[in-house]
Amino acid sequence: MNIVENFDLYAPRLINKKELLSSGHRACSGCAEVLAVRLMCKALGENTVIASATGCMEIVSSMFPTTAWEVPWIHVAFENAAAVASGVEAGLKALRRKGKIDDRYVKVVGMAGDGGTMDIGFQALSGAMERGHDMIFVCFDNEAYMNTGIQRSSGTPMGASTTTAPAGKVSSGQKTWKKNMPEIMVAHNVPYVATACPSYPLDFIRKIEKAKSIKGPSYIHCFSVCPTGWRSPSHTAVSMGRLAVETGVFPLFEVENGHYRLSPDMPKQLKPIKDYFKSQGRFRHLTADEIESIQEKVTSEYRKLTEKARFLKTGNA
Amino acid sequence: MGKRVGLEVTVAVAEAVALCRIDMAGVYPITPQSHIAEHLSTLVADGKLDAEFVTVESEHSAMSAVIGSSGAGARSYTATSSQGLMLMHELLPIASAMRLPITMAIANRAVSGPLNILNDHSDIMPQRDAGWIVVFAENGQEAIDLSIQAFKIAEHKDVMLPVSVNIDGFQLTHMVEPVEMPTQEEVDQFLPPFVPHATLHPARPVTMGAFAMSDYFTEIMKAKDEAVKNSKKVILEVWDEWEKMFDRSYKPVETYQADDADVLLLTMGSMGETAQLAIDELRAKGVKAGLVKLRLWRPFPFAEIKAVVKNAKKLIVTDRAVSFGGPGGPVFSEIKSALYAETQRPTIYNYIYGLGGRDVTVHDFVGMFEKIIADTGNVAADTYVFWGVRE
Ligand SMILES: Cc1ncc(C[n+]2csc(CCOP(=O)(O)OP(=O)(O)O)c2C)c(N)n1
Ligand code: SF4
Ligand SMILES: [Mg+2]
Repeated sequence: MNIVENFDLYAPRLINKKELLSSGHRACSGCAEVLAVRLMCKALGENTVIASATGCMEIVSSMFPTTAWEVPWIHVAFENAAAVASGVEAGLKALRRKGKIDDRYVKVVGMAGDGGTMDIGFQALSGAMERGHDMIFVCFDNEAYMNTGIQRSSGTPMGASTTTAPAGKVSSGQKTWKKNMPEIMVAHNVPYVATACPSYPLDFIRKIEKAKSIKGPSYIHCFSVCPTGWRSPSHTAVSMGRLAVETGVFPLFEVENGHYRLSPDMPKQLKPIKDYFKSQGRFRHLTADEIESIQEKVTSEYRKLTEKARFLKTGNA
Repeated sequence: MGKRVGLEVTVAVAEAVALCRIDMAGVYPITPQSHIAEHLSTLVADGKLDAEFVTVESEHSAMSAVIGSSGAGARSYTATSSQGLMLMHELLPIASAMRLPITMAIANRAVSGPLNILNDHSDIMPQRDAGWIVVFAENGQEAIDLSIQAFKIAEHKDVMLPVSVNIDGFQLTHMVEPVEMPTQEEVDQFLPPFVPHATLHPARPVTMGAFAMSDYFTEIMKAKDEAVKNSKKVILEVWDEWEKMFDRSYKPVETYQADDADVLLLTMGSMGETAQLAIDELRAKGVKAGLVKLRLWRPFPFAEIKAVVKNAKKLIVTDRAVSFGGPGGPVFSEIKSALYAETQRPTIYNYIYGLGGRDVTVHDFVGMFEKIIADTGNVAADTYVFWGVRE
């Protein structure tokens, strides 16, 4: 039975009912990023401290004197969520060891957008992962700097039009391929790296739970549809996430101690990327040829990934 | 009573910080601070200090990490210098706005460019308005004492602000001085455990670092200003207590032969001891010279400054940083504005000196006095002069 199609039936039993990111935040309607954060909190549970970077999720959730957070939460600046999380983790570790706080296990989580992870926050994240702090870092990738007005990031996909890499008479938008952040994290030899998308809530929750169970660093790259920035209809945010996965644009996989595994949600046969591109304003200017060349890249990247999953797999390979 | 020992000042500072039983240190190496980082990590490695030493990948992350750990309720320490401090700059006002009692040593060093590793105050001066408590040490003993006092001041419930202890790079950090190191028992008696107001722990979830627009921002700034100003009361109390316990006195403004002086010189940091020798030399010649040493830079000790300079005819303010195209060195312009409304005040002169480690001798200070005493309007009193510059 397809759990997602019978979600209402299964959800109450599979998903923590407690809301740790409460309603009343200021995210745009149809924002899949805030949906992802909410699901993440459900999966993490109460024994969590979150360090957030500046960005949409920080702004929409913490307008003084209100807060949407039911878990301890700290925001300091844009580029340092991983460093702040490192400090929280180190501080709690010392205090617990010295018997100054409750003797209970608390998971520290760093979170940032694609900008706060892949660009300006890259060094702090690399340092935190390399040092091996016991933390999960989650990148909520909506493929641009949305909070400041849809400027490109290194996570913006080839061809997407943004306010700093706009499509114009002599430009087709973003000129570079999306930075492969999950692979960079794999190269840090962290025990667990996964990609996820809130359009696959159970897969996402399972991955957060898995990361939570690991004593050490882990990284989750969460694809987060942003209707505002992508100029796509807000009611399609969930189906858009599914299309990104089904076309192989954003494959779901996990890497545990170097072993790759594709998520069972990955289809046998990928859909063409044009299905995914067609209702997004950011891709509207692309010609058939341009789409074809992006299709080739998506196909070849996906092939590489499936080969890794085949040759570097878990268990009796 | 503590033992008298001969130690390099950085090592002594690290030992003193360890006596404060910190929970966490996040320090990134930079000359001339690095020995603090090295010695702290050695103490942790030898099991002499039960703390997390986080080997951050930059000073930006050092400050970020101590903000995080202090938010978690851990006694948190960092140290830096020059470029490292400039890299932390973005986070300093955030730490104070979040009312986190972090303490930091700054081994003062010139800011690039050109790159230079030696001492002046161009690193701390751009941090002036960060909302931190800022103190300056004159010698090794003071560096130790201020480092211990810093925790007590920062963590006091009426303060809850970060503190920086400024120690002149090389000139002070790398001196081997005889110092009296307090004992663990003494420090435990002086410094109570850190009891934070709120912490990042699920036992009582809080939101730290929320975002505030025009409806609250002004009030938050005003609250921070009040906090910095009010901290002075606690600083004075802590210094009193220190004096009673250790018999070493600390005041926001210290003086030497200033009471009857016609001409005063004002220094901040390690230059005070050299200047003191110049005063002795001048006094021996019958010149009524005196010295004012500014220890507390923030909160600025207005009343104390006014009181000590009011009877002098001339005041030479010395600066170890430049405010390019500005009203004079940063200390000079602060002193000048502090005295503006006073009906009885000295004529104020400004020498900028000792930049990028340029040696300053007793002779230099004597020279400044001689020039200013002889001045009948040739040395501009309303602007600044680079002392000893080759032109
Ligand atoms: C040092 C610094 N540079 C720039 C900014 C402005 N800024 C704030 S959030 C942001 C973009 C956030 O993008 P991302 O991390 O992708 O998060 P999103 O808002 O898209 O969720 C920028 C450029 C800042 N706050 N700090
Ligand atoms: S701009 Fe995009 S990511 Fe930000 S709140 Fe709106 S929909 Fe969500
Ligand atoms: Mg983004």
